[in-house]
Amino acid sequence: MGVEGIGARVTRKEDKRFLTGKGRYTDDMTVPGMKSAYFIRSPHAHARIKSIDASAAKSMPGVIDVLDGKQLQADGIGNLICGWMIHSKDGSPMKMGAWRPLAAETVRYVGDAVAIVVADSIGEARDAAEAVIIDYEPLPAVTEATAALEAGAPQIHPEASNNLIFDWQLGDPDATDRAIASAAHVTEIEIVNNRLSPNPMEPRATLGIYDSAEDHYTCYTTSQNPHVARLVMSAFYNVAPENKLRVIAPDVGGGFGSKIYIYPEEIVCLWASKKTGVPVKWTSDRTEAFLTDAHGRDHVSKVKMAFDADNRITALKVDTIANLGAYMSLFSSAVPTYLYATLLSGQYAIPAIHANVRTVYTNTVPVDAYRGAGRPEATYLLERTIETAARELGVSPAELRRKNFIRSFPYQTPVIMNYDTGDYEASLDAAMQAADWKGFAARKAQSEASGKKRGIGMSCYIEACGIAPSQAVGSLGAGVGLWESAEVRVNAVGTIEVLTGSHSHGQGHETTFAQLVAGRLGVPIDSINIVHGDTDKVQMGMGTYGSRSGAVGMSAIVKALDKVEAKAKKIAAHLMEADEQDVVIENGELKIAGTDKALPWFQVALAAYTAHNLPAGMEPGLKETAFYDPANFTFPAGCYIAEVEIDPETGETDIIQFVAADDFGNIINPLIVEGQVHGGLAQGIGQALLEAVHYDSNGQLLTASFMDYAMPRADDLPSFKLSHQNTPCPNNPLGIKGCGEAGAIGSPPALINAITDAIGNNGLTMPATPMKVWQAMHAAH
Amino acid sequence: MYATSYHRASSVEDAVKLRAAHEEGKYLSGGMTLISTMKQRLAAPTDLIDLRHIAALRGISIDGREVTIGAATPHADVAGSRELRAICPAICELASHIGDPHVRHMGTIGGSIANNDPAADYPAGVLGLAATVITDRRSIAADEFFTDLFETALEDGEIVTAVSFDAPEKAGYAKFNNPASRFAMVGVFVAKTSSGVRVAVTGAGSNGVFRHSGFEQALASNWSADALSNIAVDSSNLLSDLHANAEYRANLVKVMAKRAVVAAG
Ligand SMILES: Cc1cc2nc3c(=O)[nH]c(=O)nc-3n(C[C@H](O)[C@H](O)[C@H](O)COP(=O)(O)OP(=O)(O)OC[C@H]3O[C@@H](n4cnc5c(N)ncnc54)[C@H](O)[C@@H]3O)c2cc1C
Repeated sequence: MGVEGIGARVTRKEDKRFLTGKGRYTDDMTVPGMKSAYFIRSPHAHARIKSIDASAAKSMPGVIDVLDGKQLQADGIGNLICGWMIHSKDGSPMKMGAWRPLAAETVRYVGDAVAIVVADSIGEARDAAEAVIIDYEPLPAVTEATAALEAGAPQIHPEASNNLIFDWQLGDPDATDRAIASAAHVTEIEIVNNRLSPNPMEPRATLGIYDSAEDHYTCYTTSQNPHVARLVMSAFYNVAPENKLRVIAPDVGGGFGSKIYIYPEEIVCLWASKKTGVPVKWTSDRTEAFLTDAHGRDHVSKVKMAFDADNRITALKVDTIANLGAYMSLFSSAVPTYLYATLLSGQYAIPAIHANVRTVYTNTVPVDAYRGAGRPEATYLLERTIETAARELGVSPAELRRKNFIRSFPYQTPVIMNYDTGDYEASLDAAMQAADWKGFAARKAQSEASGKKRGIGMSCYIEACGIAPSQAVGSLGAGVGLWESAEVRVNAVGTIEVLTGSHSHGQGHETTFAQLVAGRLGVPIDSINIVHGDTDKVQMGMGTYGSRSGAVGMSAIVKALDKVEAKAKKIAAHLMEADEQDVVIENGELKIAGTDKALPWFQVALAAYTAHNLPAGMEPGLKETAFYDPANFTFPAGCYIAEVEIDPETGETDIIQFVAADDFGNIINPLIVEGQVHGGLAQGIGQALLEAVHYDSNGQLLTASFMDYAMPRADDLPSFKLSHQNTPCPNNPLGIKGCGEAGAIGSPPALINAITDAIGNNGLTMPATPMKVWQAMHAAH
Repeated sequence: MYATSYHRASSVEDAVKLRAAHEEGKYLSGGMTLISTMKQRLAAPTDLIDLRHIAALRGISIDGREVTIGAATPHADVAGSRELRAICPAICELASHIGDPHVRHMGTIGGSIANNDPAADYPAGVLGLAATVITDRRSIAADEFFTDLFETALEDGEIVTAVSFDAPEKAGYAKFNNPASRFAMVGVFVAKTSSGVRVAVTGAGSNGVFRHSGFEQALASNWSADALSNIAVDSSNLLSDLHANAEYRANLVKVMAKRAVVAAG
């Protein structure tokens, strides 16, 4: 570890531009002749569009055009798709209803896009939008997944009878039922995972530019994966062939999953640019973000966990209903299946597991991956259940977990995953020590003396990151492979550009990826630039989500660096007349081991490009590309402990301490990892205490602004106590597992376990608002 | 936002004249409510008449125990006034918990009470202190001023110029934040004034800020938090929303009233 290499606390290179307001986001992009777009959206949760009359609007000042779904369809623009095929247990494929980028016949949620107004200014576009007369015939709506499955519920898509998209299962139902029937104890619980709105700081935006001379499109967009956006827009939406479509995701201000997907707006702005002949920009406002960014979570589950007389878990049975909203978003089908049920073994050796998942259409915003995606739902379910079991069995929740930990690796779970390595007890012990678990009873007595209720709760999470082995996900229904690419381009003067298919929208790749190169070559970190986010510059890549950019994206860089180093060594050996095997790279020099012969890095680079004296037959240049496909998922795991104090008069929760003990494998930059954990914890605590999307019975979104949707603020959060345990991942060259989602995955159950411990009522749902805690306390008495 | 014309009034008379000239115009103070409403296109005044630059509307004057706060005085000035804190700390405390620093440096007492948001803090203070709302044409007792949700006794074009009150013997304010907006989900202002004990509740009432006579009587005979323990809070006229139903609000009204008494000392 050098001062700038792997393991160093290097401050983020990108922060200078972000902190001085010099970031370049999609909305900052301006091109000559650019016009503003405003989307007209459905005010109804469910309605038939009888007619659209834009004649008055079209003649209003500044208006270029008003375009609707019929025109879009006539031009052959395709429907949005879900890219992961799931089959129901009866073998039938999932029932995907049509999602038109602009609804032409039916709108299915409040916010569904119906038409686009293009005008000189956004004010004029909005004025004209108000003059577009749309005649809707309202239809009955349903927003709750359980209600949508009931007989007589409004039917949302003709393709999906009873609104059921698929009825899927994983695991062995018979073995699970047998184990439950013969169990010494069975814990039963209903678990609700609340619907969340992602709320990245930068709202979505897009700028579509059609160049008629070249018949070429450029799309600036707030994307976590611009290449995937290009692929999908060209292969499925018929916007343009890939070679005629450039997608650029410049600085992106947060994603949390919500910017993975291709939304209607990118497609429509590109199409509208061709139609109108002007570049078209759209920027979401905050209300639109609440109304249209894919939501997260929204599960209701029934759980049974069986134990033998020795308190060993013998089986887990889960029946989940997942709300996917009005349309199937890009990865929506994978989230409550292969990213969820496959993690239901948690950190525990459970011989039999069966999960049944039904996914359902409702008249709400589409639901897709949100930080953690499926794994928070699995963790919350398991960790609430095991905590409940400990209380029912009258044993320590820590010891019940410890007794059931998986201890030998690799470990094959009954739900597909093969855990490569881990040491769950190390994290449990570290967390309990950091939290002074033993001293809790005394602290509780102290709180009681001052009229407060104190509680402590833990959560032992595991997640699957570094997604994903392409062959494995392909066999499970994925429409794409989940490898990553890198190109390491050494310039003639020795400076280096790394072109990565990963995308940074808060993760700090410009720093960590550069640290990897600086450490390997011993060159200054400032001589390395990370290039990402532009399909014209960077080779095909899969983007950033699922904590994959370290484990998969950096592994691709390692592979490319291996090739660059090998070539550089050959050149150096040739120039110094030594044996290639004896060349070592150290401190920015290529040295012949055991001699004082050395060449500075830049001279070797220069030699590669002058090509005056290269080994016989060698091509000039020093630039290598690699694609890395992981052999397995990675499995970060850890133990979180929350200690809370409740004010019984108001139901207010004060987080006294929050401990996180994580095993992320090897760590590239502790500073950035801590930041990722802090942010994840803030989101998890937000889910547990504050955040929830609410619709009224007509499908109107009640939480459409920060006046009603409670985001965590700094003073809602304690100072976190972090520690790291390390069992390096054996499946990638850097031994790293990923850290981007853990905080959001592990924290909600720890908090709810702590609050239910404090108040003595286990029937609390998230978010545990003061009112709900107060009500639960009163119900308990 | 719809197009609008901005006017900077130089005096109260100038403002009144400008307002009279523009039937669909509106006074603008901090804009912390009005501008965001306009951005959402929920308000469309043709003209904005800015009151914040009228020197006569700004500042806090104290004469013995008589306090006058100019309508265009921002919350931060009230929160930070040492002179005011010396004789009526409760109103400074109240102002210091409105919104965030940005809001406190822009939003004004005149704008806040003219708007009369049922979850706003100032209405509780103004009613609790038995203050007088002074306008360009008359003086209105607080008891007459707040008439309903977002409704006041102000006539069309009438400008709040100041709020005045006598510093109370004791006063305290306790606020329970709405978890999302951090406006008052319940806020209770208690004061022992020369005209008796007053308890004003904001954030909770279906018709906006209100006085709680049961609490007032109890505190008049025994100024202590315990005096409130056995007094019921009727939930039938309280707001119910996502964050708090009427029953929970009723509980908070009592808890906050007790805490306000404790804060008052
Ligand atoms: C993020 C945020 C958080 C907030 N949190 C709180 C909170 O916790 N508690 C709280 O109480 N408030 C809160 N507010 C509201 C804030 O206190 C505003 O200052 C207040 O609502 C309005 O004051 P203003 O000066 O901004 O008025 P403006 O927005 O300028 O005007 C409001 C209305 O009053 C009228 N008006 C303004 N001045 C006068 C006058 N002198 N005479 C007659 N009519 C007038 C205007 O025409 C308009 O109709 C918050 C606001 C924001 C944006």
